Amino acid sequence: MENWSLISLCVLLGLTARWAVSFHSYSGAGKPPMFGDYEAQRHWQEVTYNLPVHEWYFNTTNNDLNYWGLDYPPLTAYHSLVCAYVAKLLNPEWVELYASRGYESHSHKLFMRATVLFTDILIYIPAVLLYCFYFCDGSSKQKVATAFCILLYPGLILIDYGHFQYNSVSLGLALWGILGLGLGWDLFGSLAFTLALNYKQMELYHSLPFFCYLLGKCIKQGLTWRGFFHLVKISMTVLVTFALCWMPFLSDPKQPLQVLHRLFPVGRGLFEDKVANTWCSLNVLIKIKTLLSRETQLFLSFALTLLFVLPSSLKLLSKPTLWQFKLALVNTSLAFFLFSFQVHEKSILLVALPVCLVFNEIPLIATWFLLTSTFSMLPLLLKDGLLLPYVVTSLAFLFLSLYLLSALERSTEEELRLGLYRKLTQRWLPKLNLSRIIKWKFWFSLAAMAALSFTSVWLKPPAKLPDLFPVLVSVLSFLHFLGFIIYFNQVQLMEPQRKKSQKKTN
Amino acid sequence: MAAPVTNDQSWFFALALGVSFLKCLLINAYHSTDFEVHRNWLALTHSLPAAQWYYEATSEWTLDYPPLFAWFEYGLSHIARFFDKEMLVVQNLNYASPATILFQRLSVIVADVVFFYAVKECCKCLREDKGKYLLGKPSFILTVLLLWNFGLIIVDHIHFQYNGFLFGVLLLSIARHFQNRHFEGALLFSILLNLKHIYLYIAPAYGIYLLRCFCFTQSNADGSLQWRSFSVVRLVTLGTIVLSTFSVSFGPFIALGQLPQASMTGGLVQEFQHSVLPSVSPLATLVCTVLSILPALFRIWHRPNGARGFLRCLVICALGSFMFGWHVHEKAILMAILPLSLLAVESREDARIFLILSITGHYSLFPLLFTTQELPIKILLLLLFTIFSLTSLKTLFRKGGALLNPLEATYLLGLIPLELICEFVYPLTVWQKTFPFLPLMLTSIYCALGVTYAFIRLYISLLTCSDSTKKIKTQ
Repeated sequence: MENWSLISLCVLLGLTARWAVSFHSYSGAGKPPMFGDYEAQRHWQEVTYNLPVHEWYFNTTNNDLNYWGLDYPPLTAYHSLVCAYVAKLLNPEWVELYASRGYESHSHKLFMRATVLFTDILIYIPAVLLYCFYFCDGSSKQKVATAFCILLYPGLILIDYGHFQYNSVSLGLALWGILGLGLGWDLFGSLAFTLALNYKQMELYHSLPFFCYLLGKCIKQGLTWRGFFHLVKISMTVLVTFALCWMPFLSDPKQPLQVLHRLFPVGRGLFEDKVANTWCSLNVLIKIKTLLSRETQLFLSFALTLLFVLPSSLKLLSKPTLWQFKLALVNTSLAFFLFSFQVHEKSILLVALPVCLVFNEIPLIATWFLLTSTFSMLPLLLKDGLLLPYVVTSLAFLFLSLYLLSALERSTEEELRLGLYRKLTQRWLPKLNLSRIIKWKFWFSLAAMAALSFTSVWLKPPAKLPDLFPVLVSVLSFLHFLGFIIYFNQVQLMEPQRKKSQKKTN
Repeated sequence: MAAPVTNDQSWFFALALGVSFLKCLLINAYHSTDFEVHRNWLALTHSLPAAQWYYEATSEWTLDYPPLFAWFEYGLSHIARFFDKEMLVVQNLNYASPATILFQRLSVIVADVVFFYAVKECCKCLREDKGKYLLGKPSFILTVLLLWNFGLIIVDHIHFQYNGFLFGVLLLSIARHFQNRHFEGALLFSILLNLKHIYLYIAPAYGIYLLRCFCFTQSNADGSLQWRSFSVVRLVTLGTIVLSTFSVSFGPFIALGQLPQASMTGGLVQEFQHSVLPSVSPLATLVCTVLSILPALFRIWHRPNGARGFLRCLVICALGSFMFGWHVHEKAILMAILPLSLLAVESREDARIFLILSITGHYSLFPLLFTTQELPIKILLLLLFTIFSLTSLKTLFRKGGALLNPLEATYLLGLIPLELICEFVYPLTVWQKTFPFLPLMLTSIYCALGVTYAFIRLYISLLTCSDSTKKIKTQ
């Protein structure tokens, strides 16, 4: 069967899965007065359509920032504006200032879901396909299988088409950035990533690797003319893109400051709700939120994040290859997720994207991570009424990755890149079969996640500990993520100079 | 042989599991009144004694399937108890709690296991070509064409029916005939008739085939009938099997004197007076149907072609009654498409006919799902099935030029503008209010062309095929 037909079948299946998930409920459905993220997106369409640009981020009589005020960068606002124009054509009631607050109807839901599908088809899906075809090793069947598995990653589907968000835009643009860099089109890559950054400020998690990679490349080209000139071109591209995106806000110095104030709400505290990172998990044992002052919290968070991103970034700086770049993306974003300030559980998607990119090389660990990332969002998904799609997409993803990518077969010690672990155990436990241990841990971990999912749904928590299950989910996920960050750092830092089994394109 | 045993089974399991996952995702999709029909039947078989099943008329959806299906619903109702007791109350009309929806949808998904088994058996009947890579193997292609059949997914798992289970029984019966296990095949078909009476359409094919090929144990060298080889034993055994199945099914109701009630009046008596074209009576349609299938029946009596000839005749009977029958549902096209899949992976001509029939027939199911929410799903799934069937059959039969001639290809491509007009452009025009049924009419007429064309080609292939297949004596 030809490639194009296999690809189209995979894309069609991916789209079908997405649209089928969109039948289910969304965040805040039928829950006045605040509703949820779905209402937030609708509200932004209302605000951007009806109000002039200089009022979008400000608290005015027409724009109550306490009711889902805009807290993403300008590109999101422009996107909402475009959607609002279409909405106005279809049904003006959807974006009526004030009157449309809390508007819910079947046709409106279809419209909103359609906007997500549209941007997904336009931005994210082509990027995934191009990535798999240009940067994946193996036969064309294997590339198609990888693309298929990436397209069926449950976390992104459930959040974008269930909870309701536009992560496919920012992640898609970031992926285009990675593609550009991988193909050697640094300017295009920088442009795409800057656009991603201007869509969601969380993309900052990815910015350090981009910076180190490009800087490393420029240095490699020599610190004389060529390298320096290249650096200047990249910087200019980034600055011009920023300027273009922020142009309406540059007329008045108060504007950009207010926007930044909305984007980075330092006043909101170390963490909110239950999230699978260090601070929330630590809080279970020691109430650091109340124990330490705000400044100490900030400092601690900054210090630990820096501690974990520095080795990875330095290694990337010294060896700017695509493989290192992908691993640095994983390590940096995971470090930010675990140690940064005011992290939301959905930010795990920022880590999931680069892990998808190493699917082909380390299928077992990637599958494990991606399933854990979906599991870590379980409390959120249950709140949104997405239990059925969660179960079905997770099981389908597990099965397909193991079957199509032969994840369990491709798990020798060398394939799992357990170099350092082998070195550590060499002395005392030379006969240890690390590969088998990893597989056992994998199955055991899946069983634990399944069991905890089951109990979260079926059992009632004890009256004294109403948040027992979300906390357990967060802590379990956190422990997994800690293991993963150590593993991925190990893979990146212990990579030998040359490896025959890998074919890198850069 | 080439691949290890585990590899041989695993792709089948992967395909079956994959389609089951898709079906689970569609649990919350739109469901038609058929959902309430089956809920009502669960309720009345559970709450009432058998004597009243065919009399119960609280709901407008009275029991109009044969008794074995009623017993099937009765069995299901015992499991339904654990999901939501309220659905088993007859008075709870249109009751559709989430647990009810979950249970009913899951029951269809689980009942499809019968279909999976039947497909596996059908794959065993193919003339396998060893050594081909997986995606080009006829058994792989057939499995996908059947397990992932667009019509079956749409009708069963969105619209809501139990066709997967029923077609599983039909395909199993056909597979048994291919495997020369005729008694089992006959038994399965009798059971099928007692599950859903619509399969009467293809009963003539079974009757003639079994009489000709099974009761007459031998044919002459040139394929003609050898009268002396008539086996009374076989005829009597067959008769016993059929009669005993019917008596087990209908017996209790005959004993209670309810036979007239159990005559499945649903849809058989409503006559419409047409305003423009002449009105058609049920008798006229019966005559037309019989006339349309008679030549095929004569053909397999005169020159049987073994199990494959029987299958071809079965498809013709199904198509003939689809085209000329009384009160036919568009879903009945599946009765022709699914068995034809078996022939399509083995013969070039059949592959051509299958492509035209399946694409047109599947498109004709679009009006069943008229909601906007399901629009992307039906388009995506139809594209999925069409692309797969086109490319895989083309690759399978790549020797000998293009599979579809330009006219056929143009006709099929014409479905795209038809869909755009009917579902996107027309609703925005003024005529939507005054002539709301125009798109449906256009769809029906356009698809009728394709179905008729397929019917004629199928006939031609049946009437001319015996020469090339004389070498293959399967019976």
